[in-house]
Amino acid sequence: MKFFFFHLMPYSAVDLDAITDNTWIVFPNKHYDPKEGHKLYNRYLDELEYADQLGFDGVCVNEHHQTAYGMMPQPSVLAGALSRRTENAKICVLGRALPLTSNPLTIAEEYAMIDNITGGRLIAGFVRGIGCEYHAMMVNPGESLSRFHEAHDLIIEAWTKEGPFPFDGKHYRLQYVNTWPRPYQEPHPPVWIPSQGSAETMLWASHPDRKYTYLLTFSPTESVTKHLNTYAQQCEKYGYQCTPSQLGWAFPCYVAETDEIARKEAGQHIENFFNKFLISPMQYKLPPGYSSMSSYKIVVESKYKARASYLSLESLISNGMFLCGSPETVASQLEEHQSKMGFGNLVTMLQFGTLPHELTKKNLEIFSKEVMPKLRHLGNQSGVAVAAE
Amino acid sequence: MAGPAPIKINVNGCEVEVLRQGAGTPLLFLHGAGGLKGWAPFLEKLSTKFDVIAPSHPGFGRSDTPEWLDHLSDLAFFYCDFLEQLGLSNIHLIGHSMGGWLSAELAVMGTGRFQTLTVVSAAGLRVVGVPMGDIFMWSAEERARKMVFDKDEGERRANEKLSAEDADIALKNTFTSSKLCWSPRFHNPALEKRLHRIKIPTMIMWGEHDPVFPAPEYPNAWHTAIEGSELRLFPDCAHSPQNERLDDFLAGVYSITEGSER
Repeated sequence: MKFFFFHLMPYSAVDLDAITDNTWIVFPNKHYDPKEGHKLYNRYLDELEYADQLGFDGVCVNEHHQTAYGMMPQPSVLAGALSRRTENAKICVLGRALPLTSNPLTIAEEYAMIDNITGGRLIAGFVRGIGCEYHAMMVNPGESLSRFHEAHDLIIEAWTKEGPFPFDGKHYRLQYVNTWPRPYQEPHPPVWIPSQGSAETMLWASHPDRKYTYLLTFSPTESVTKHLNTYAQQCEKYGYQCTPSQLGWAFPCYVAETDEIARKEAGQHIENFFNKFLISPMQYKLPPGYSSMSSYKIVVESKYKARASYLSLESLISNGMFLCGSPETVASQLEEHQSKMGFGNLVTMLQFGTLPHELTKKNLEIFSKEVMPKLRHLGNQSGVAVAAE
Repeated sequence: MAGPAPIKINVNGCEVEVLRQGAGTPLLFLHGAGGLKGWAPFLEKLSTKFDVIAPSHPGFGRSDTPEWLDHLSDLAFFYCDFLEQLGLSNIHLIGHSMGGWLSAELAVMGTGRFQTLTVVSAAGLRVVGVPMGDIFMWSAEERARKMVFDKDEGERRANEKLSAEDADIALKNTFTSSKLCWSPRFHNPALEKRLHRIKIPTMIMWGEHDPVFPAPEYPNAWHTAIEGSELRLFPDCAHSPQNERLDDFLAGVYSITEGSER
């Protein structure tokens, strides 16, 4: 099992009372104080660096724009900072939102630079970006999927084909693709695809030409199990066996001395995360064309109607969107989940919402010292057993 | 809403649904981003004087959504072929909202087929310093409330329960209009420098309370760009003069068309 610490870098100094129904796109940036931001960036980088010292296998950052939810519109800046201050941990950008750039070669360049500086410690995440980004960056959501695929092809070619060569896509047309530097890892850094379970993404990521690590993010355990199993089944349909390293699960988690202490210390902060930092009206999250019409209807029905109510600590724990408790409780739950889900990568969000520095440090320490050793041996087999369909 | 039975017209493999009724000079009505809302009273009235042709654009209503549809200009070129195939000329062209923008894109390509142009609450231009309303940031209910001036009517529309088929069509219309109008938002920066090419009689009609393209700045921009055009602003009217101010709208159309009947 590999363990990763995923930081979302919320602007936790925000005035929570100022957040009524939205923290995205148009939540005024007068609520951002650069002096607080300065402190938070350095605090959060300290926490990521500390995870490296504690023996986490990787540290993760990601990309969101114009929001108090996360202070990482340009995650490669943070990956660059981490490159020189971490020793062993992989640096995972989960990920850059490919369709948002007008020239994806900038991403090929950023990633290759990080890979060179770290001597091959980069994990390259590729995402489309959530719907809100398409409002913030004015990129047409109806082109999101085709831009994603084309940008992906361009980046992989830029990393693996001898340059210079021309690239003639629908969205990107370049005369001279000739990326300097080339990536350190051969043939290129491992690619991870964070997803919330779209069938199309699954088909694409598991294809034998790619075999990308599929990372299920922030979903109830029932749907994580379903999606990771479907991915493994899809690999089988393609004629090969899925490995645990191809599967990952990302989730918020808090461990403390006892179940009771964990709930008490984390409760308010995880509720802030889900009910303050994450909220926005449906049409912000789901601009027309971002998904197909049929999946749009499904998402509107299932997800947003379900999320309309306040998510309490108890409901988040009971549907498995938040793992919380003593090291024994959390380790035994993860062991059980692993046996059903088959993942070889655990991507833990050990800071969330307003969780302060001292509790984040404590969480990192207890998780690394008392949970990780209990699970190290899991997920190391050569293939994932596929449950019957 | 009674009206003519829909007909299908196939242009280069793309089938569109068309409502057509009346006799005499052809009048082409190009609908906005919300789609063609059936055979509305203003179409019925116009059909007593004209051969009214009201298509659902490719990507809207029950028309096909072709692979080639990427930009609003693709629709303009489609209508060049459409009019050529139907052999129509001397047309009175009317466009509402996104359809107003489309009618102007058609007219700047050449006004040979057109006698008059009427643009109503039109997209297409951007007035710097006067932000547009952003329909993509509004929920369906907010949109319904803002688009009409009459509060009761807005409330009625916000609470209207659509049939499954109509809900699917509304979603399709939103998807296509978003694809065509997302960025630059509801305008073409190059249109303004081309509008001087329109030298046929042109009527501009607008609601004083348009929530998307605010008056007087947006209608004034059209009025200034098209020499000799006439501008009519309607009080107590939001985004759809053809529905909200039916008589004023018809008077505007009759005024511009009667002066020019060939």
